[in-house]
Amino acid sequence: MKGTFTLDGSEVPFHEGQTVLEAARDAGRYIPHLCAHPEFEPHGSCRVCTVKAEGRMAAACTLPAREGLAVESATDELRELRRGLVQLLFVEGNHFCPSCEKSGDCQLQAVGYALEVRSLHFPQLFPDRPLDASHPDVLLDFNRCILCELCVRASAEVDHKSVFALGGRGIDKHLIVNAESGRLADTSLSVTDTAVGVCPVGVILKKGRGFTVPLGQRTYDRAPIDAPPEKAGKP
Amino acid sequence: MSPAELSQLLHRHHGDPNRLLQMLREVQAAAGWVSPEVITELAKGLTLPRARVEGVATFYTLLATRPRGEYQVLFADNIIERFHGSVALRERLCAALGVAPGALRPDGRVSVGTTSCIGLSDQPASLLVNGLAIARLTVERVDAIAALIGQRAPLDQWPAELFHVDEPIRRAGLLLGAHLEPGAAVRAALARSSEALLEELKRSKLRGRGGAGFSTHDKWRAARDAPGPTRFVVCNADEGEPGTFKDRTLLRRQLDAVLDGMTVAAHAIGAQRGFIYLRGEYLFIAPAIEAALAARRAAHLLGRDVLGRTGFDFDLELHLGAGAYVCGEESALLESLEGRRGIPRRRPPYPVTHGYLQRPTVVNNVETFASVAHVALAGGARFAELGTERSTGTRVHSVSGDCARPGLYELPMGASVRELLDACGAEAPIQAVQVGGPSRTLLSPRELDRALCFEDLPSAGAFMVFGPQRDLLEVVASFARFFAHESCGFCTPCRVGTTQLQGAVDALVGGRGTRRDVRHALRLCALMRDASHCGLGTTAGRPFMQLYEKFKPTIERSLSSLEFRPTFDLDEALAPARALTGRDDERAHLEDP
Ligand SMILES: Cc1cc2nc3c(=O)[nH]c(=O)nc-3n(C[C@H](O)[C@H](O)[C@H](O)COP(=O)(O)O)c2cc1C
Ligand code: SF4
Ligand code: SF4
Repeated sequence: MKGTFTLDGSEVPFHEGQTVLEAARDAGRYIPHLCAHPEFEPHGSCRVCTVKAEGRMAAACTLPAREGLAVESATDELRELRRGLVQLLFVEGNHFCPSCEKSGDCQLQAVGYALEVRSLHFPQLFPDRPLDASHPDVLLDFNRCILCELCVRASAEVDHKSVFALGGRGIDKHLIVNAESGRLADTSLSVTDTAVGVCPVGVILKKGRGFTVPLGQRTYDRAPIDAPPEKAGKP
Repeated sequence: MSPAELSQLLHRHHGDPNRLLQMLREVQAAAGWVSPEVITELAKGLTLPRARVEGVATFYTLLATRPRGEYQVLFADNIIERFHGSVALRERLCAALGVAPGALRPDGRVSVGTTSCIGLSDQPASLLVNGLAIARLTVERVDAIAALIGQRAPLDQWPAELFHVDEPIRRAGLLLGAHLEPGAAVRAALARSSEALLEELKRSKLRGRGGAGFSTHDKWRAARDAPGPTRFVVCNADEGEPGTFKDRTLLRRQLDAVLDGMTVAAHAIGAQRGFIYLRGEYLFIAPAIEAALAARRAAHLLGRDVLGRTGFDFDLELHLGAGAYVCGEESALLESLEGRRGIPRRRPPYPVTHGYLQRPTVVNNVETFASVAHVALAGGARFAELGTERSTGTRVHSVSGDCARPGLYELPMGASVRELLDACGAEAPIQAVQVGGPSRTLLSPRELDRALCFEDLPSAGAFMVFGPQRDLLEVVASFARFFAHESCGFCTPCRVGTTQLQGAVDALVGGRGTRRDVRHALRLCALMRDASHCGLGTTAGRPFMQLYEKFKPTIERSLSSLEFRPTFDLDEALAPARALTGRDDERAHLEDP
């Protein structure tokens, strides 16, 4: 089955089983998102892709595309909502972009720019999240984790190692690794694992290669994340 | 726990990873905590990634992953309990035991913390000690508890009276007044074909009692029509909405009606197995349920060929939760039943087609199943005579707060708020009533003629009365704390938003709030409502929003107590005029803060 729905008034084709986000992406239309990734099942946790369909809010990444569905995305209301979500993600962790190795390649930062997030708005939570530098090749800086579970999914589904998982609940939810010691060095992670490259922010970093691409020449420095597909930065 | 004990435990649960939460509960009960070594061993025994087991162990409030003492005391921190002095009682216990609130005493004997409502707000204040409930706390009872812990008396030697839980049924109707023979409704159901039974259910117009009011007939038919050979029936006895305790009473006084209802459901949809998911805080009810299940197996009401009907095989299992309100959400409940963290699933697909183990499953509330028994017995038309056009039958209300007679009131659907207030002896003047718990409706005194039914005030049965002496901001702060504590943490708006909202409301309660906090709070409420993944997040902002809409002066009073009032407030200058004219509606205000 095939069909079309509308996104902000213009038609988007889809095929059976696609979500609104997937169909939009195939059509070269950008809907801001963080936890969605073309290689993995939709997750629906960051909520940054929230759209309005027939008067109801829904995450575009989990909303099945349907013939004739009228989807709003680029409205002031939704931009404001997404800005709020990105602000909440920023105040939840400790993000000091100027000193972050991922700056310029970071999707949280790039989405923040695309949505014109100019302040944090909410009080910062300043959580205490020690680094894990135990592994010879990989550093974990939990301060920047947005809990998108991409590493969890990649390690389980692609690497078949389940190195990462989530522990705790609510605001205490945090990334854990698969070792009684709690140290990455005691897991089976290897620097070549898919899970290492999938992090959209600067948590999972390869050691020994700081700032090889200078700031200013990085992915989203060359073209913003919401630029037309032929130009947009690819992580 | 010794390796031998652990391997016995694994053996008892057939090494089934779906039973992980049940195993962790048993570890907690036996060892007092779930140690890192036990997590490693369980993971090995179940061939699960260790981190997955750790993820489950750290999700549930009633599982401790650090030592919490031989005696683990958790005071219910619901607002009703607070208004009954739970904070002072907790401090008294801490002082008597020489332990800091929330901490473990250095000798490792005891810890005293808090948890959400434990379903006893008709007999406050209350606590759990090693998972067992103690209600009606007084200074004397707290001192007795301190003495028992001081003497290191084993829990099974504590006076039984301490653990007695009342069931104050003030008004009984169709459900609470019934005297049903075990199996009577199953017999009546088996006299009909499953199709005829579904037609009876349709005629009854029964709607689910868990809150959303979904048509029970439609749900069951969808499950019956879903493809696949196996089906499941699940009873949602998680009852976590603060101020709700009617499922507790139904399970203790009308258990056979509930179990009959579940068996009727099995006949209607063709299910072979079922589960009762009982909130961990109701551990004290578990033995009676296990005994009833055994009795029903002996009476051929469960097991192979139920009541001699060839091919009708159905059995039930009791599963306990471990302290997580979100597990009342049906898909989170299914995750928990499968031994995982209680994270609400993506929808679609829905449980009726992809439920327990991705098989067709009906999940219904305790009261829904009890109502089903009566539909099977007396027919749908009789049932539909009670209540209103679109809300048939009766409703069991859990009444607590400022009234003479808190307890259980079963009224026909559609009764007015005022009627229930009169029945429970609520002290006039009423300041506010919270119907359906924090996630539903805060009523002002102008709304007491509204009707308790799906057309007007949908509710999962909680009814909290607040007299004039109560600070509604404190009520809303308590609800904000509840949602922050219970958010599962899956989605951004609820995970971060509930904590931010708690911060903003606490600032207001502490007299430190500014208009900025009010603006932040309102923005957070809208964000959570519009963007959250499940009903917990979408409703978490309701208490504050409704306070703002209906009790604006309460918020403003907290602001004006600031010495450094941000600006001259034109709207507040109109307050005397509003007082004189007795108006407080939208148009009597000048601006949004
Ligand atoms: C956060 C949350 C908590 C819930 N808690 C309960 C509960 O404790 N008991 C219950 O029956 N339903 C609860 N529900 C509703 C269930 O998801 C589901 O709708 C209900 O069990 C269906 O049964 P019913 O059709 O008989 O009402 C909750 C929903 C949400 C979103
Ligand atoms: S470490 Fe990175 S990929 Fe993993 S959950 Fe955190 S932000 Fe997502
Ligand atoms: S709304 Fe809250 S409880 Fe529901 S999925 Fe999101 S974080 Fe979890």
